[in-house]
Amino acid sequence: MYFGLSEDQIMLQDSVGRYLEGASELEAVRKFTEGDTTLADTLHSGMEELGVPFVLLPEALNGQILGGLGMGVLEAALIQEALGRHIAPSSFATAYGMAVVGLREAGDEDWLSQIAMGSARMAVGMTEAIGVREDAGLSLSGDTVSGRASFVMGADGATHFLLTTGDQLIVVERGAKGVSETALTTIDKTRNVVTLDLDKASAALIAGNNHAVALRKMIDAGRVLLAADTLGAAAMMLEKAVAYSKERDQFNRPIGSFQAVKHMCAEMAARLEPCRALVWYAAYAQDHVPEEAALMACLAKSHVSDVSKFVARTATEVHGGMGFTDLLGLHYWFKRIGANRQLLGGPEKLRAEAAELQGWG
Amino acid sequence: MDLNLTQEYEDFRAEVRGFLEKHKDSAPSRSDRSVRSKKRLAWQELLLQNGYAARTHPKQYGGFGAAPDALKARIIAEEFARASAPGGISGQGINMLVPTLLELGTDEQKDTYIKPTLAGEMVWCQGYSEPGAGSDLAALRTAAVVDGDDFVINGQKIWTSTAQFADMMFCLVRTEPDAPKHQGISYILIDMNTPGIEVRPLMTMTGFAEFNEVFFTDVRVPVTSIVGNRGEGWMVANATLTHERGMLGDPDAALGRLRSIAEIMQKEHIDGKPLIEDAVYRDRLVKLQAEAQAMKMNGMRLTTLSSEKKSSGMAGLLVKLQGCELNHQMADLAIDVMGEYGILYEDSPFIRDQGMWQTHYMFDLGLIIGGGSAQIQKNIISERGLGMPREPKPQPGSFKSGASKAN
Ligand SMILES: Cc1cc2nc3c(=O)[nH]c(=O)nc-3n(C[C@H](O)[C@H](O)[C@H](O)COP(=O)(O)OP(=O)(O)OC[C@H]3O[C@@H](n4cnc5c(N)ncnc54)[C@H](O)[C@@H]3O)c2cc1C
Repeated sequence: MYFGLSEDQIMLQDSVGRYLEGASELEAVRKFTEGDTTLADTLHSGMEELGVPFVLLPEALNGQILGGLGMGVLEAALIQEALGRHIAPSSFATAYGMAVVGLREAGDEDWLSQIAMGSARMAVGMTEAIGVREDAGLSLSGDTVSGRASFVMGADGATHFLLTTGDQLIVVERGAKGVSETALTTIDKTRNVVTLDLDKASAALIAGNNHAVALRKMIDAGRVLLAADTLGAAAMMLEKAVAYSKERDQFNRPIGSFQAVKHMCAEMAARLEPCRALVWYAAYAQDHVPEEAALMACLAKSHVSDVSKFVARTATEVHGGMGFTDLLGLHYWFKRIGANRQLLGGPEKLRAEAAELQGWG
Repeated sequence: MDLNLTQEYEDFRAEVRGFLEKHKDSAPSRSDRSVRSKKRLAWQELLLQNGYAARTHPKQYGGFGAAPDALKARIIAEEFARASAPGGISGQGINMLVPTLLELGTDEQKDTYIKPTLAGEMVWCQGYSEPGAGSDLAALRTAAVVDGDDFVINGQKIWTSTAQFADMMFCLVRTEPDAPKHQGISYILIDMNTPGIEVRPLMTMTGFAEFNEVFFTDVRVPVTSIVGNRGEGWMVANATLTHERGMLGDPDAALGRLRSIAEIMQKEHIDGKPLIEDAVYRDRLVKLQAEAQAMKMNGMRLTTLSSEKKSSGMAGLLVKLQGCELNHQMADLAIDVMGEYGILYEDSPFIRDQGMWQTHYMFDLGLIIGGGSAQIQKNIISERGLGMPREPKPQPGSFKSGASKAN
């Protein structure tokens, strides 16, 4: 048995991490959140050079050469962890994570080849398959779709929307007739989320006749990727708290010398570290242990969300008043963790689903 | 235990209820956060006249002059919460400075400051913390040197809430640089319009500038601005810190918030079902309700202790720690039940309750840190409340010192 990352996987994560450390540093992210969107484009081309968008794309599908790297959700999760760590504005999780997983499963080589060529980039709206709020929900009639997709993620740079009616997967072109977008403002300004109102917009069903499986895999992968993103953000907050506790003096000693502060940091570490192994396994299961894929996705996202909520507030507390200000920008990580928690199902919802998957009531 | 209120108190409750019924249209909205809105000031005046604000403060200083009666104070708080009416203006001036002046101020200071402060016309900020002096407040370095009839002040304060709107600051400065650190501090009152003061708002995680940095360069204030004696500022400040900590854990406000969350859960539907029918969220709600009720009863117990002039002990020491944590947990629940809508913020379409739960979630975390952090509260609870030994002071040279080289 070997439970750990391969050298190639470590190298992949390191190279993405190193790139982001320079490209997605706090001041650049801050500018992005203040409305200057160049960072998202810069990161997109930088990541393209590293091959990141092609990680999950197959080399070939149904006889069509796609030129992808054919890697698994584990590799994607490692990349996503680096993105979370650097609070990078990026639509990787949706455009090159969820969308590709779904289309791959459905066997849709046409859309995948468009994605591979860069002529299609998909924002993803799956809320309608997870829990529908009032006024939301899509209905398909012939080749048009109407209704509301309430939380569509990864809209930056998207050319298309990959949506669900609850059981079927459809693609709608951005800006097409009958498609109206409302931008949402969330606490996490590193992300781009919209609500779509569709009025007889033309919709293309994706390939295949088993959308339910593709939908399930997409959501599972999305949950794992959000868990990885949260893990990266929380690990960074912990590191920052530890570093600050060594620098900051009160009562003529570093605050890190107080047991109270040490215990806060130790508890964060002790709770967060197992999340790393859980995320690896949940990601690995997506491609290699299909019978556990959905369950592990639920467990990983709910657990990492809860632990990281604790890390986010505790790391802020270690920083004292400084943590509450905008000066250190700590809140960008705090808010990313907070937003991830609610996307694709909050912890309670995920645990209920996990119980159901196991036939527990 | 005798929880029957005598007729006097039942009558008093009816009187407060009647007042609120009659004047409910004059009440400003509870989200009206602007410091000097006309409506808030008018409301304050009405409350002062009727004894629902500054009830026990002497009449000569603009108070109502009633005898202290903790039970009546509770009744007022309960009835205002029940009617969702905002109470009198609270703030560092009214809650912290006024009690200090009443106890330790000169007659002239009382005459000059208390009345306009109670009326809400004079706004105060608290200039205690400095970049190097947060939890270790006594390490503060802002210096005041006597020159003729003036103190000349140089230094910097930080995290000063409302300084950008304030007329006045009550401030801790070092006047006796050679004395041991707790004995070299004085408590002085500073007019914020004095030349040499610069206020720079500091943006916080909520996206608002809730507090400020304040810089002093050769700021001259008359030596008569001191409250108490030179070098006794630490004691003067500690008198007010107790008032601040009491102010931060109002159980009636917590119960009010809880009701709002229950309303959200009745209103919001997911997959066609109201959230209040979701057993898991409902359990979290009721769990917090039990805790909020415990804090309310603890508050009633404190009321009795205080009216009998008995020490409040542990029941009092825990209020800031538990009250702030409870508020933070309630905001957390509100966000979770709203799911994806819970992360909407600012002027987003589809936003619920103007995004106030996110604001609370973050601001309440700020309050867990501010005014004596949770860790400092736990030190106080264990040392003063449980009589546990203090951590020994480090020997000189035990640590390679980083930032604070003072003292
Ligand atoms: C919302 C808000 C409003 C505020 N308003 C005002 C105001 O109006 N006026 C004003 O003067 N100040 C104000 N403050 C400042 C506030 O009082 C300080 O932030 C607080 O006392 C903590 O100090 P610090 O920020 O320097 O943190 P530090 O003291 O540097 O603390 C950092 C960490 O070390 C821990 N720590 C420090 N010492 C010990 C110890 N002995 N044992 C165990 N743990 C320890 C703390 O708990 C914290 O986790 C406000 C702060 C906030 C957040």
